[in-house]
Amino acid sequence: MSTTTTHEDHHHAPPTGFGRWLFSTNHKDIGTMYLIFSLIMLFIGGGMAMLIRAELFYPGLQFLEPDLFNNLVTVHAIIMVFGVVMPAAAGMANWMVPLQIGAPDMALPRLNNLSFWLLPAAAILLMLSVIVPFFGGGTPVNTGWTLYPPLSIQSGMGMDLLIFTMHTLGISSILAAINIVTTIINMRAPGLTMMKLPLFIWAWLFTGILLIMIMPALAGGVTMLLFDRHFGTSFFDAAGGGDPVLFQHLFWFFGHPEVYVLLLPSIGVLGVIVPTFSRKPLFGYKSLVWGMGVLLLLGMVVWAHHQYTIGMSVAATNYFMIGTILISIPVGLMLFNFMLTMWRGAMTFETPMLFAIAIIVMFSFAGTTGVMLAVVPADLQYHDTYFVVAHFHYALIPGALFGLYAGVFFWLPKWTGHMYNETLGKIFFWWTTIGFNLTFFPQHFSGLAGMPRRIVDYSVQFVEFNQISSIGAFIFGLSHLLFVYIIIQTVRGGEKAADKPWEGAQIGTPGLEWTLSSPPPFHSFETPPTVK
Amino acid sequence: MSNRFLKPCTAFALPSLLLTSGAVLAEYKFNFPEPVSPVTKEVFDLHMMTSAVALIIMVLVTIFFVYSIYKFRKSKNYEPDQEFHKGWFGTWSWALVPAIVLGIDLTIAGSASSTFDLIEDKTPADLTVKVTGSQWKWTYEYMEDDVKIVSTLLPKEEAGELYLRTVDNPLVLPTDRRVRFLHTATDVLHAWWVPAIAVKKDSIPGYINETWTIIEKEGNYHGQCAENCGTGHAFMPIQVNAIAGEEFDTWMSKQKEIKLAKMAEAASGKVWALDELMTKGEELYNKNCSACHKPDGSGIPPVFPPLKGSAIALGDVSKHLEVVIKGASGTAMAAWGNQLDDLELAAIITYERNAWENNTGDAVQPSDVKAAR
Repeated sequence: MSTTTTHEDHHHAPPTGFGRWLFSTNHKDIGTMYLIFSLIMLFIGGGMAMLIRAELFYPGLQFLEPDLFNNLVTVHAIIMVFGVVMPAAAGMANWMVPLQIGAPDMALPRLNNLSFWLLPAAAILLMLSVIVPFFGGGTPVNTGWTLYPPLSIQSGMGMDLLIFTMHTLGISSILAAINIVTTIINMRAPGLTMMKLPLFIWAWLFTGILLIMIMPALAGGVTMLLFDRHFGTSFFDAAGGGDPVLFQHLFWFFGHPEVYVLLLPSIGVLGVIVPTFSRKPLFGYKSLVWGMGVLLLLGMVVWAHHQYTIGMSVAATNYFMIGTILISIPVGLMLFNFMLTMWRGAMTFETPMLFAIAIIVMFSFAGTTGVMLAVVPADLQYHDTYFVVAHFHYALIPGALFGLYAGVFFWLPKWTGHMYNETLGKIFFWWTTIGFNLTFFPQHFSGLAGMPRRIVDYSVQFVEFNQISSIGAFIFGLSHLLFVYIIIQTVRGGEKAADKPWEGAQIGTPGLEWTLSSPPPFHSFETPPTVK
Repeated sequence: MSNRFLKPCTAFALPSLLLTSGAVLAEYKFNFPEPVSPVTKEVFDLHMMTSAVALIIMVLVTIFFVYSIYKFRKSKNYEPDQEFHKGWFGTWSWALVPAIVLGIDLTIAGSASSTFDLIEDKTPADLTVKVTGSQWKWTYEYMEDDVKIVSTLLPKEEAGELYLRTVDNPLVLPTDRRVRFLHTATDVLHAWWVPAIAVKKDSIPGYINETWTIIEKEGNYHGQCAENCGTGHAFMPIQVNAIAGEEFDTWMSKQKEIKLAKMAEAASGKVWALDELMTKGEELYNKNCSACHKPDGSGIPPVFPPLKGSAIALGDVSKHLEVVIKGASGTAMAAWGNQLDDLELAAIITYERNAWENNTGDAVQPSDVKAAR
C-alpha cells in the first residue's frame, strides 16, 4: 500500500501535549501509560495492605471497623490483580511485543487506546465503591474478592459499583487480549516463525487466549449477582430455588485460570532474562512452549479445587484433586528448564537476574505448598486459613509481581535510553525480598495454628506471627519508595544505555528489540526486518 | 474519639510484655493442634507426609542453586556450555522430568484418596448433631434427643486469654462414640472448624454437608468460623467439651429436664409482670439479637436497623410480633418463630419495647405470641 506525503510527515515526531496521551495509538506511549497506571495502583493497593497489617499488628480493633477491614481486603485483592499485575503485564506486552516480533505497532491501535482508557474509568468506579459507604451507601463490600453470595447480596451500593468495575475491567482485558493475540499471529517479521519467537511472546499468546476464554464467565457471574440484588431473580438464593454454590463455580471457572493469566507473562520475562545473564540459550525451549500450552488446558479444568469444602461427590473431588496435582508437571518442567539454563552457564548477577533466581526459588516453594493444598483431605484443614494466604502470596508476588519488576529492570535501559543505578537496584532487590519473606513466611504457621482468613481481630495465641508479619509488611511496603526513585532517576538521566545493554541479550533468540536504538524511535520497524 | 488514638499507643507497648509472658508462649504453635480423632489423625499424617516432600524438594532446589551460583559464574571465568541443551539430556528431559514429577504426584494422590474415603465413610453414627451457622452464632441440635444449644462469643472480660476462642455454651460431646455432624446455615456461608476433632465443610443455606468424628480424648477443643460471614466473622468462635460417655448421658438427661421445665413454664398460661419479662428479655436479647441490633439497640445500619426509637418497636404490637416471628423478607432479619418458644419471644419483644427509653409500657404475654403465630 502507498502512503501519502502528509502521512509520512506525520510520522516524524510524536504529537505534543495532552492529546498525545489521550488520543494515542502508539504502542510505546500506551505501554508507558499502562505501566504508570499500574505503578500508581500498586501504591493504592499496597497502602491498603499496610492498613490491613497495621490493624493486625495487635489483637483488638485498633484502626478499622470489621466491615471496613474486609472491604480493604477485598479491594486490595482486586487492585493488585486487575489494577497492578494485569495492566503492568499488558504494558510490557504493548512495549515489547511489536519490538520483539519486528512489527511497526499493535495490530489494532485504536482498540489499544480504548482498552487502556477503560482502566482509569474502572479505577474510579472501584474507588467510588469504597467511598459510598461513608455517605450512606450501605454496608461496604466485605466479602473478599470472591464476592460470594449470599453475603454479597447483603452489601450496599458499593457492590453494584464493584460489579460495574468488573464489567469495565473485563471489557478492557478482552480487548487488550484480542489485540495482542492478533498482533502476534499476523504481524511477525518475515522469517520469524512461531518456534523462533522469544518466550515472552509465547507466554502472552497463551495469556491472551486464556483471557478471552475466561473473562465472560466472570462477567456472567457478576451480572447474575446484580440481577439477584435488584431484579428479583434468585440464581444464587436457595430460598428461591437457586444455588449459592453456582456462583462459586462461575467465579472460579474464571478465577483459577486467572492465576495463570497473572503468572504466564512473568514466566515469559524469565524466559528472556535467564538465558541473557547465563550467556547460554534457553534450555528446553520447545518443552517450555508445550508446557505453557498444557498449563493453559489443565488450568481451565481444575477450578473446583478452590471449593473442596462445599461437599462435592467423591468422584468429582478426586477428579479435581488429580487434575490439580498434575499441574505440577508443566510448572515443574518450566522451573527445571530455567534451572538447567543456568547450569554450566557463565552467570552474572545484575538486578534482573537476582530477581529471576529469587523467583525460581520462592515460586518452587509456592508450588510445593500448592501440591499440599491440592490434596483434598489436608485442604479440608488448610482451607480458608492463613496457610492459603501465605501460599498464594508466595505464588503471586514472586511469580507475577517480581517477574514484572525483573522485566522493568531488564527493559528500562531500552525504554528510557539510560542505565538504572545498579547499586540501588540490588539494594531494592534485597530489601524487598527480605521484607516479602518476613511478611508471608510466618503466615504459614499462623494458618496451621488455626487462624482463619479475613478476620479483623484474633486470639492472643496468634500474636507473635502476626507481629512479625506486620513488621515485614512495613519493610516490604517501604522498599517500593526506592523502586519509584530508581525509575524516576533512570527516566530523568543517567549513564547512556547501549542499543544492546546486556552482553548476553541476543543469545538463542532473534533479539530484534536490541537492533533498535535505546530508546527506540517513536515509530520503529516501519520497514519490516527480515529474520534468517 | 480519644480512645481510638490511645489504642494504637498501647498496641505498640504491650507486645513486648506479651512476648515474655509464659502463658502465651505455652500456646505458641507452629503446626496443627494435636489431632484426637481417627479422621484428623490420618489427615495430620498426610499433612506431615506432603510437608516432608515439600521440604525435600526445597532442599534439593537450594543445593542446586548454591552449587550453580558458586560454580557457574562469569567472575570465575567459567566458559558457558553452548551445546548443553543439544545433548541427550536436552533431547529427553521433556519426558524424563514429567515422569519423575508424575511419580511423586501419584504417590501423594494415592494416599490422599484413601484418606478421603475415610472422611466420606458413612457408617451409622451413635449421635447426630445438626450444626447451624447464623450471623453470628452457632446452633447445635442433638437430633436423637431433641435438645438444642445456642452458642455465642464469650465477652473479653469473661474469656480472658481465650477471647475469640471460647463461647458461653460450648457443644458437649461424648468421647469414644461416633458423632455425625450435619452442617447448614440460615443466612450466609459459614464453616464450622475445630481442627483437632474434624475436618471442615462449609455451612451453606439450602445445603446439608456431613462430617464425622470419634473423639478419643477428653478435653476442651477450640475453633472458629472459617468462611467469611460478614461483620461478625471474627467473632463467632467454636468450643467443644468432650466428656466421658456416662458423664455425657447424665448431662443430656439434665438438659432434657431443663427443656421440659421451660416448656411447662411457657405453656402455663401465667400472666407475666413487666419486670419479670424485662429481666428474662434482657438476657435473651443479648444472647440472640444483640450481635446485629447491638446491646444498646443502635443496630448496624443500614443492614441491621436500630431498635431504639424504631417505628416497629414503638408502634403496633401485632406488627412487631409479625416481624420477629416470621422475619422480614428481603432483609437480613431471620424468622424466630421456630427458634424460640412463646415465653422467650414474649420476653424479647417486651424488652425491645421498653428498653433504651422506648418505654411503651407494653408487657407482651406468651398467649399473645401464640395467637400471632
